[in-house]
Amino acid sequence: MRTLFVWMAGCLTGLASVPAAVANGWNMPVGVTDLSREIHTLHMTIFWICVIIGVIVFGVMFYSLFKFRRSRGAKAANFHENTTVEVLWTAVPLLILVGMAVPATATLKKMYDTSDAELDVMIIGQQFRWRYEYLGEDVAFNSSLTTPTAQIRGDEPKGEHYLLEVDNPLVLPINRKVRFLMTSDDVIHSWWVPDFAVKQDTIPGFINENWVRINEPGIYRGQCAELCGMNHGFMPIVVHAMEEEEFDAWLVEQQEAAEQEAMGVDREWALDELMERGEAVYASVCATCHQAEGQGNPPAFPGLAGNQRLIDDPAWHLDVIVDGVSGSAMPAFRSTLNPVEIAAVTTWTRNAWGNDTGDAVQPAEVAEQLTR
Amino acid sequence: MAPKLPPHHPVEQSTSATAGGQASVHHAPPPGILRWLLTTNHKEIGSLYLIFSLIMFFIGGIFALVVRAELFQPGMQLVNPEFFNQMTTMHGLIMVFAAVMPAFTGLANWMIPLQIGAPDMALPRLNNFSFWLLPVAFLLLLSTLLMPGGGPNFGWTFYAPLSTTYAPPSTTFFILSLHIAGISSILGAINIIATIINMRAPGMRMMDMPLFCWTWLITAFLLIAVMPVLAGVITMMLMDINFGTHFFNAAGGGDPVLFQHLFWFFGHPEVYIMILPAFGIVSAIIPTFARKPLFGYASMVYATAAIAILSFFVWAHHMFVVGLPLAAELFFMYTTMLIAVPTGVKVFNWITTLFRGSITFEPPMLFALAFVVLFTIGGFSGVMLAIAPADFQYHDTYFVVAHFHYVLVPGAVFAIMAGVYYWLPKWTGHYPNVKLAQWHFWLSVVGVNLTFFPMHFAGLAGMPRRIPDYALQFADFNLVSSLGAFMFGASQLVFVAVVILCVRGGERAPAKAWEGATDLEWSVPSPAPLHTFETPPTFRRHDAADLPAP
Repeated sequence: MRTLFVWMAGCLTGLASVPAAVANGWNMPVGVTDLSREIHTLHMTIFWICVIIGVIVFGVMFYSLFKFRRSRGAKAANFHENTTVEVLWTAVPLLILVGMAVPATATLKKMYDTSDAELDVMIIGQQFRWRYEYLGEDVAFNSSLTTPTAQIRGDEPKGEHYLLEVDNPLVLPINRKVRFLMTSDDVIHSWWVPDFAVKQDTIPGFINENWVRINEPGIYRGQCAELCGMNHGFMPIVVHAMEEEEFDAWLVEQQEAAEQEAMGVDREWALDELMERGEAVYASVCATCHQAEGQGNPPAFPGLAGNQRLIDDPAWHLDVIVDGVSGSAMPAFRSTLNPVEIAAVTTWTRNAWGNDTGDAVQPAEVAEQLTR
Repeated sequence: MAPKLPPHHPVEQSTSATAGGQASVHHAPPPGILRWLLTTNHKEIGSLYLIFSLIMFFIGGIFALVVRAELFQPGMQLVNPEFFNQMTTMHGLIMVFAAVMPAFTGLANWMIPLQIGAPDMALPRLNNFSFWLLPVAFLLLLSTLLMPGGGPNFGWTFYAPLSTTYAPPSTTFFILSLHIAGISSILGAINIIATIINMRAPGMRMMDMPLFCWTWLITAFLLIAVMPVLAGVITMMLMDINFGTHFFNAAGGGDPVLFQHLFWFFGHPEVYIMILPAFGIVSAIIPTFARKPLFGYASMVYATAAIAILSFFVWAHHMFVVGLPLAAELFFMYTTMLIAVPTGVKVFNWITTLFRGSITFEPPMLFALAFVVLFTIGGFSGVMLAIAPADFQYHDTYFVVAHFHYVLVPGAVFAIMAGVYYWLPKWTGHYPNVKLAQWHFWLSVVGVNLTFFPMHFAGLAGMPRRIPDYALQFADFNLVSSLGAFMFGASQLVFVAVVILCVRGGERAPAKAWEGATDLEWSVPSPAPLHTFETPPTFRRHDAADLPAP
């Protein structure tokens, strides 16, 4: 029994050291929004209530185990009922729970108030990346993991933000209420940034809402929280929160770049140019399933390198990219990639890894296909 | 591990309870494997359930160790993400449906007839059938790992559309396997209800039954209520996958969230199916080794019933972040918090039973006491998870993994082990080796806490569950968890050694193997002969010190 005591004492000391460890990534982050602070306070309050109840309950238990051992000559009493204490220990916990429910209800109501947003961002989950669309601003992009495979395999040392780094972070202004509209193109994902205390499932066929008003500029990282398939662990979220003026400038810059891109549809592209762009699109969008060398992961994700149907049938190949394959994991990229990107990635997959068809698919062709 | 079997000639029955038995009219059992295939004896079927569950516990445990080995350090070292997902999924499915549930059914088969003074289960042939469905179901499930595209890889909760449109081809076999396991559970539950309602010894009222019978009776009703819901939802999946329906396919007008409502309407009562019988076991062991009647017998029964009823009204607390309306969030938050009240009553009753007792620490008691402490820790994190706004941070993180493993491993599994140590003398006629059992206990307690306590921190710090690789700040927690998991896994080999040694020999146990034990099973010889209570015992209440207090 002595060992049991030592062990319990160890546990309690461990618990007591929790507050000191808060800053060291052992606890829920306080976060950078009013709501995340409120939720953190709620979490700590309930934690300490549990600790106090635990100390009392386990205290009585271990006192009994120590005091009423037969080896110390304890003789058993024979009582087995007492209505007063039984009513008491039903009623008191009930009151404590009501005490917990009141602030929880208040916080929840605030979390559900998505009214009066100054910016709407559509968040779309896809196997295995995020897509962000700034509604009404003509800005949209995909955001994929950039950690190199070599780091994951252990061939290279792991970087500081291993698995928590992306090519295009979501950029948001501070001090403005931003409403998120969340959905998915395939399976259920869940968009979670702990510093905002925002976690919301993105569900195909549903549009969920959540919101954030960030208090401090900075870079905040999170991950997909709902198992969404093979690369669930590899679709991080990075949010870059900027001062308001900086954000407005960024938004204008993005709009101009989008216009530039739209103009690219009308001109003739050289094969090299398409290949260069296509390689980048492939790495960001396709490689998670079809793999870096196009070898795929059959049967769910067919290989592309040396895929005879792909090589023989360019029209079918483009169809699959534009409209997806119904009943499979292959999504339609009609609305998530622009004509230049679709043309480039089609060209890349028709020529990479020894496919060598020599075809250069032009953005204009794709644009025409998209109107059908 | 098989019970000590009586010789084939009639057995000398030694107590008044079993005197006048008609063993001579029984035929000798068929030889070899047929004996086990055809047995209708509740003790033999109980042993089959327990052996099956122990094997599955090790298979599910090996899957867990594959997961923990991959998570030992950041980076992908041993398996690819696809296989990792199959391992997490199979670990969950096997532990829930093939290890914990059959273990409780095995204990019920062995002990309920003995505790209520019945000669056997009410429906012995059905009993045989419901056991033999299980090996079929789980061989089928395990075989999916070898099929093209691999086994189930969508988590034990198999959310659509990941488990339908995007699932591997073997999913149809997974569905069939769950159907078979579900039928087995329903038949087992019917049998237990029929036995308890109809076959109690003359004079034993419902409120005289040991709590293990009560908690199992309530569990059996839960099973009958929710296993058909599971059958319904997997049938809808089957239709979506093979027959072109769109129950859960948004593109066809279906509803992925409907899947979650149906699944958790089954799933939450299922959680209590795995813990209520544990409450019954602990409620038998603590009074025995405190040598004092259970405090608040009636309130224990009412609390069990209250938990069972509430379990039908809390399912959406698993869905706080799917975008439920505010009113639904509040409703499910409040109902979930209410669960803490009857659960608290149980813990208070156990502790008050200890108070002013005369306590000794035999192996079953060690496990029962660890159950009370560690299950309560799981209960505390449960209260935290019930707080819907905070759950937006906890949901789908390792904090949840820590929570449900605390209630299932040092909760349900420790209670099963406590029950095994408690009743082994009755099954085998020998006491388990105390030194080895103590080693098993301490290694398990340390291992289980090393494994699961750091998961609280990893989850709070932001680590999502079901990921095969993780960011560097989670490395220390995962390292400790993995070491603990291997320690816990290895210490279960000690358990197997104890059980085998106990079957083969050891200190002889008398009919009443534990000084403070009071229930009817302790009135038959140890080991319990194949046939007991062929004439019902006379159950007297109140008037004998060695009978359970009402």
